[in-house]
Amino acid sequence: MAARPIVEARGIHKHFGSHHVLKGVDLALAERELAFVIGPSGSGKSTLLRCLNRLEEPSSGSVVVDGVDMLDPRTDLNHARQRIGMVFQSFNLYPHMTALGNVTLALRKVAGKTREEADAVGRTALDRVGLADRAGHTPGQLSGGQQQRVAIARAIALEPRVMLFDEPTSSLDPELVGSVLGVMRDLRESGMAMVVVSHEMGFARNAADRVLFMDQGLIVEEGTPSQIFEAPAQERTRSFIGQIQKH
Amino acid sequence: MLETFFNLEIARSAWPIILAGLGNTVLLSLVVVPLGLTGGLGLAMLASVRKPWVRYPLMAWVDFFRAFPPLVLLIFLFAGLPFAGLELGGFACVCIAFFLNTGAYYGEILRAGIESVPSGQTEAARSTGLGRVQTMLFVVLPQAVRNVLHDLLSNTLEVVKLTALGSVVAMPELLFQARQAQSLTYNPTPIVLAAVIYFVMLWPLVRLLSRLENRALAVRV
Ligand SMILES: Nc1ncnc2c1ncn2[C@@H]1O[C@H](COP(=O)(O)OP(=O)(O)OP(=O)(O)O)[C@@H](O)[C@H]1O
Ligand SMILES: [Mg+2]
Repeated sequence: MAARPIVEARGIHKHFGSHHVLKGVDLALAERELAFVIGPSGSGKSTLLRCLNRLEEPSSGSVVVDGVDMLDPRTDLNHARQRIGMVFQSFNLYPHMTALGNVTLALRKVAGKTREEADAVGRTALDRVGLADRAGHTPGQLSGGQQQRVAIARAIALEPRVMLFDEPTSSLDPELVGSVLGVMRDLRESGMAMVVVSHEMGFARNAADRVLFMDQGLIVEEGTPSQIFEAPAQERTRSFIGQIQKH
Repeated sequence: MLETFFNLEIARSAWPIILAGLGNTVLLSLVVVPLGLTGGLGLAMLASVRKPWVRYPLMAWVDFFRAFPPLVLLIFLFAGLPFAGLELGGFACVCIAFFLNTGAYYGEILRAGIESVPSGQTEAARSTGLGRVQTMLFVVLPQAVRNVLHDLLSNTLEVVKLTALGSVVAMPELLFQARQAQSLTYNPTPIVLAAVIYFVMLWPLVRLLSRLENRALAVRV
């Protein structure tokens, strides 16, 4: 376990104007590790994820992903971002393209593959999420669960070293959540390092190596799922866990 | 009455002149529409830069050229600039005027279209490594154009009509040619002919716009 972490963020601060949203967050993610992030609304979970691939510019701190300093102005950000897959709550599929078009766009335009190469890689990725037969469908013709799986395929087609999930199942009807979690579990079993922000505690118990509880811009507590869910040390963690378990 | 406004004899003799005018109107439209669109696209893309030193000059520019009557602008370029020693041909003046005027209109339409595309689209594209320009080109613009297609077409209709302004700087487009024919024949028939041609040329576009409007209404209901 002495290997270099795949993601190493240190002392991340983020201000939005006068609003101090991240107050010095450290996060190290080992290869093949799944870190699960929980916390109340507005605690900064999304902002933290978005700082890791620099969709959001950290005000200070350092972010190194797979040995690449993400905040170094000399870093080719577009190249670096291909190693960091991201999945959003609202899927954000391109509505004017087919599923395959969504998956292959970056392969062609950034990874420089020909259409044939990209299509082959794209079909493999769609197959991995169980949607090989939906390649020609547009997002509007797919269910929410299928759309989110296409979004996952779009990210993994680029062969990222780490995947970031920001509430991937929060906008899905309950009966569609399972299919997306299933794909995430497969991905985890294939050894993908993952940071998952979610409320799916069942998934956390089964699949997470580590659970981090965030509140007001800080990681308040972290530990194994059973530590955090059954025996949280901090009062804030306890009350948050109590609240969500009521639902 | 029919003798005066639709004299077949005169129509026949004016026909070649009018036809040449029609050809030039089509050519002129094929030049000024892309020119306006290019200007508009540039303005719309600048509008996504959220820096005050880009934003306020841009707003002033767009407001100015939307408020400036295109006929006045054209005459100023054609008849005013020579006093500053800058003598541009009629065609160049028309191109510049349309670039400035219709560019400002297209710019506002495209800006609205770009803003109608959810920011999540850009974020998704950027997260896969697409650059700013690629994201705009492959992800945002196709959706933006679709969202404001009606306004783009409607503005294009106006632009084609506005090409008649070229007649004041002696561009031999449809209206100019019709007036030439009128003064040669001392009869209004060539003008009527030109009007009919404008109508026949633009009516399909008007129909298309109505259909888009109806479809938009149907979607909303
Ligand atoms: N672009 C922005 N501009 C200004 N404030 C922002 C911006 N993005 C986030 N914030 C603020 O930062 C805080 C943290 O937001 P963030 O989205 O990271 O929280 P979260 O933990 O993901 O919450 P949720 O569970 O609701 O998704 C919130 O108060 C939010 O209003
Ligand atoms: Mg969030």
